[in-house]
Amino acid sequence: MRKVYLDHAATTPLHPEVLALMCDFMRDTFGNPSSVHSFGREAKKFTQEARQKVADLIGAAPEEIYFTSGGTEADNIAIIGTAMARRKNGNHIITSAIEHHAVLDTFKYLAKNGFEVTLLPVDKYGMVDPDEVAGAIRKETTLVTIMHANNEIGTIQPIAEIGRIVREHGVVFHSDAVQTLTKIPVNVDDLGVGLLSLSAHKIYGPKGIGALYVRKGIRLQPIIHGGGQERKLRSGTENTPGIVGFGKAAEIGGRDMEQESKRVQGLRDKLIRRVLAEIPSVTLNGHPEQRLPNNANFSVAYVEGESLVLSLDLDGIAVSSGSACSSGSLQPSHVLTALGLPHEMMHGSLRMTLGRANSEEDIDYVVESLKGIVTRLRSFSPLAQPVRA
Amino acid sequence: MMYSEKVMDHFMHPRNVGEIPDANGIGEVGNPVCGDIMKIYLKVEENIVKDVKFNTFGCGSAIASSSMATELIKGRTLEDAWTLTNKAVAEALDGLPPIKMHCSVLAEEAVHKAINDYRVSAGLQLWDYKEHDDIHAQVHGN
Repeated sequence: MRKVYLDHAATTPLHPEVLALMCDFMRDTFGNPSSVHSFGREAKKFTQEARQKVADLIGAAPEEIYFTSGGTEADNIAIIGTAMARRKNGNHIITSAIEHHAVLDTFKYLAKNGFEVTLLPVDKYGMVDPDEVAGAIRKETTLVTIMHANNEIGTIQPIAEIGRIVREHGVVFHSDAVQTLTKIPVNVDDLGVGLLSLSAHKIYGPKGIGALYVRKGIRLQPIIHGGGQERKLRSGTENTPGIVGFGKAAEIGGRDMEQESKRVQGLRDKLIRRVLAEIPSVTLNGHPEQRLPNNANFSVAYVEGESLVLSLDLDGIAVSSGSACSSGSLQPSHVLTALGLPHEMMHGSLRMTLGRANSEEDIDYVVESLKGIVTRLRSFSPLAQPVRA
Repeated sequence: MMYSEKVMDHFMHPRNVGEIPDANGIGEVGNPVCGDIMKIYLKVEENIVKDVKFNTFGCGSAIASSSMATELIKGRTLEDAWTLTNKAVAEALDGLPPIKMHCSVLAEEAVHKAINDYRVSAGLQLWDYKEHDDIHAQVHGN
């Protein structure tokens, strides 16, 4: 059976060049980069090269890159680290209602520990209004964090504009760029961020490695204590194979971005066009233009998302849904909720995120498969009765 | 989360799908907020469930539970059909993941509602039935 992976926002396969480099490295270079001897120095050389590559990708200096265990840890260090380091200046922090749980749950944790938090609403496309950010900042505000693009609906936020406002107020600005890296340009100066979270496994690198960019001059309180690695911000012996793989993935991703994003966007546009034209009562979630080039998020009326995901899986197609029944918590996605979607449209949500391996034929196969599945599920959906009649 | 082969079979090939135009007992449970709606149609003749069909909006386990429930009561006396429990539905499907057990509860409730709907139209006394509101609130949080 044909296999079509359309869940690249969840994770990506290792790029073959990344895999090859990591295998060589794991076999040949086991040293601890903190060691003084030749084994340590050799490992250090590799990690410094990788640090340079990640820095180059986002227009930063290598000493501004701090490797972490992934995007979640980068978000935690950025938020808790800023809130704690600047506690004397104030106890108010701001984010949006549609952030990843790595941000939202860290805000909840800080709220329980004496911080005041503001969650900004979004419009029906999932867009944060920069004026709302300006209006929410108080003299006690120490941090604003707004994701670069949303992982579910793909909406790209006006980060540069928000960054300007936040900087004018002397507040630290963090953004989670896990979904945008290597898909659209991510440059720390253009975006005006002080802190930026990155992850390797979304860009064809390995799992378990990410990074936090920290602009020179911003002081953070560490949340992991120990041997003082990563210039005392993130203790623990470095995940050297992960770092080396991340560096390679960053290099390839930066090199191929323009061409690959254009190609993927062409496929994604065709997918959206065909689904909306050929399947009745389907809507597109997220912003029509300001969205990630590889993201499509639909609401299919009268059917439930998990049954769509299961049916597509039986046809070899991997997608995800924000429906309550597929969430594990039986609550619909907080992102779709924040958009103000009617309940029945939230339950029929379907996210397809494209990547390197996808082809024109894949898109045709997916559209044909989805047409049959929706027809079958609607044939016995009580909600679809008026439509069928 | 993994579904049993039985669940996948009933999800992909549901039995007794559709509506009965001259049904004499209909039971509908669930709502769009929770994301599952089950509607069961009965044709009762001489105290026997002669025919039963269903329409369901919901996840894989909701569709499979509806299908299995209709199989379990077809051809049975009303008294027999009334004894259907959510556990029996789940067991007949070789089990459901814990978080999906409420789908089998919906199936049980839909069958009971349909039977009582028939009893009302036939001028019979309603059988006493307590809905599992607690289970639904537990899984959906309100």
